[in-house]
Amino acid sequence: MPETAGRLDLPEAGEWKRVSPRYVVVEIVGTVLFGLALCAAASALWLVADVQWAPYLLAAIIVITAVTVAFEPRRVRAIGYQLRQDDLLFRRGIMFTRFVSVPYGRMQLVDITRGPIARRLGLADLKFVTAAASSGVLIPGLTEADAESLRDALVELAESRRAGL
Amino acid sequence: MTELADGEWHRLHPASPLLRGGIFIVAVLGFIVANLRERLVDFFLGVPRYGGDPIDEILERGAVGWALLGLTAVLIAILAGFYLSWRMHTFRVTGEVVEVRSGLVFRSNRRARLDRIQGVNIVRPFVPRLFGAAKLEVSVAGQDANVQLAYLGSANADQLRRDILRLASGLRQPAPVQPGAAAPLEGAAAVVPGAGTPAGLGAFAAHRAADFFAPELDPDAAPPESVVRIPPGRLIGSVLFSRFTVFLVLAAIALAVFGWTADTGGWLLVVILPGLIASVSFYFSRVTRSLRYSIAGTADGVRVGFGLLTTSNETLPPGRIHAIRVSQPILWRPFGWWQVHINTAGHSTNKGAGGEADTTTLPVGTLADVARVLELILPGFDSAPQQALIERGLRSTGGDDGFTNAPRRAAWLLPFSWRRTGYALSEGVALLRRGVLSRELILVPLARLQSVGINQGPVERMLRLASARLHTVAGPVVATLSVLDAGEAVALFEQVSSGAITSAQADTTHHWNLPNGALE
Repeated sequence: MPETAGRLDLPEAGEWKRVSPRYVVVEIVGTVLFGLALCAAASALWLVADVQWAPYLLAAIIVITAVTVAFEPRRVRAIGYQLRQDDLLFRRGIMFTRFVSVPYGRMQLVDITRGPIARRLGLADLKFVTAAASSGVLIPGLTEADAESLRDALVELAESRRAGL
Repeated sequence: MTELADGEWHRLHPASPLLRGGIFIVAVLGFIVANLRERLVDFFLGVPRYGGDPIDEILERGAVGWALLGLTAVLIAILAGFYLSWRMHTFRVTGEVVEVRSGLVFRSNRRARLDRIQGVNIVRPFVPRLFGAAKLEVSVAGQDANVQLAYLGSANADQLRRDILRLASGLRQPAPVQPGAAAPLEGAAAVVPGAGTPAGLGAFAAHRAADFFAPELDPDAAPPESVVRIPPGRLIGSVLFSRFTVFLVLAAIALAVFGWTADTGGWLLVVILPGLIASVSFYFSRVTRSLRYSIAGTADGVRVGFGLLTTSNETLPPGRIHAIRVSQPILWRPFGWWQVHINTAGHSTNKGAGGEADTTTLPVGTLADVARVLELILPGFDSAPQQALIERGLRSTGGDDGFTNAPRRAAWLLPFSWRRTGYALSEGVALLRRGVLSRELILVPLARLQSVGINQGPVERMLRLASARLHTVAGPVVATLSVLDAGEAVALFEQVSSGAITSAQADTTHHWNLPNGALE
């Protein structure tokens, strides 16, 4: 994908920390499983309900899944975060880019979750929760050690910059 | 200082269980009356009864004694339950917390830290109001985390709110009672309903009537010039020219066309009549809710009152408002009317009177009213350039007017409103302007901002645009800008994120009566 002039970027931001490359596996497994489920539904339409256009649907699902899987490594590389002086900066997405800045003092809690595949790979997701539901800062695919040290760092930073609600 | 806020445990109004179980009592009464109707008819009119009545059955079987005994036992059990639940329901207000203990079998104990208070609401539902009782609710952030005191004596509730807010503001001592302000009402509330002698009963009724018709704001608690009043004509007009009316007119046209073309017979009436009744009751409740609307600034926050029969009256301490939206539905435009909604972290579980959420700060008002309301809910944002900014944010059609607007190419995405879509930052407040048919201005105090995000999808990237969103606590106000030059979006992001940090550090509304916001 060529870089266009209109691409959203923060020129003054420093070095982004990336999530573990192994997280690609988690994403690919998830995408493939979802694709398989859709394929099963389409096949059922074709074989059981005898719907004429079901084979085209099946083909479309396979193509979309394959394209998604092909872009997965890029999407994972696009996820980044950095701890600035007073706020946490987070970015993700290549097609749909999103940047979020959360002051540390706004932290309500930090959540660490591990899915079945991520756990096998030694990965964890870290969620930074504020009083606003729309903040939505979820850093996926951190190694477990990283996730825990980041959590402790965030809690400590929030403690020193506590503000009212 | 009332004796209620002295840090000791206190009980609620003795009639509380009755008032809270009021609907149940009415239902039982209705049931008994329904069953006794034959007997009542017989008794008063002398019409011979025609059987089938449970009381007759009891009489015929000679079980009068047992029935009376059973009834008495049930009544005593209910009364004992009420008495015990009243005994066990206690509260106290200390310098740090409001605490409530309640429950007969399952005990519960709830504390709210005073410096986390988001608002104090006093609700007077119609029936308890007749008895001079009021419900006081201390809202704190979080789902179902409010502390509710139902019911208190009406004047006590006002006093207690004043004390709670004063304690929360950082002054450790509640203020002394202003002589003459609440004293006559306090006397009225001290009379337990039904306990007066016949001579006292008349005085009690007079007190109650005086209390019932008393103005919602006691005049000495608020500077009178800050009060916005809505003339009844404007109120009725604002309800008539609402989106709901447009929907009704469209529905009526559709029904008329349908009824004319298709031969439907009479069943169409079955559809129309309930709808008609529901619409009338909707209009009625909307009008009565705001008929006694009031807003005033007090030393401890903004007080907003609503309601005609059931009244609700909420005080929001300074710095508890997370976002403000001033908007104008298109039908209001010829009249120059505006409305104001806010986001707060704590929500009273009592809907404002008339079933409306307590997020409407001004139901309808002119530009001057909006300016007065903004002065109250956004104090310190009233210098001449800032007022000009607000004025342009509301009425300007775009162009170079202090707002950073979307570029012309944004017309691909917003063909009409791109000119007005823009933002401005001024002294710790972000102003987002949008909408050309229904005009909106959103003000977000950066000290309350939770986080900020910018987004870009493929179409926006082709047009070198981006969208921005200021994340605040949940509420009716959603602070988004759907198009913005990509470079400007980045500038907004950087300015707002650094502004949020500096504003939050400078913010002292935590304990709003102390100079630096911290306890000694």
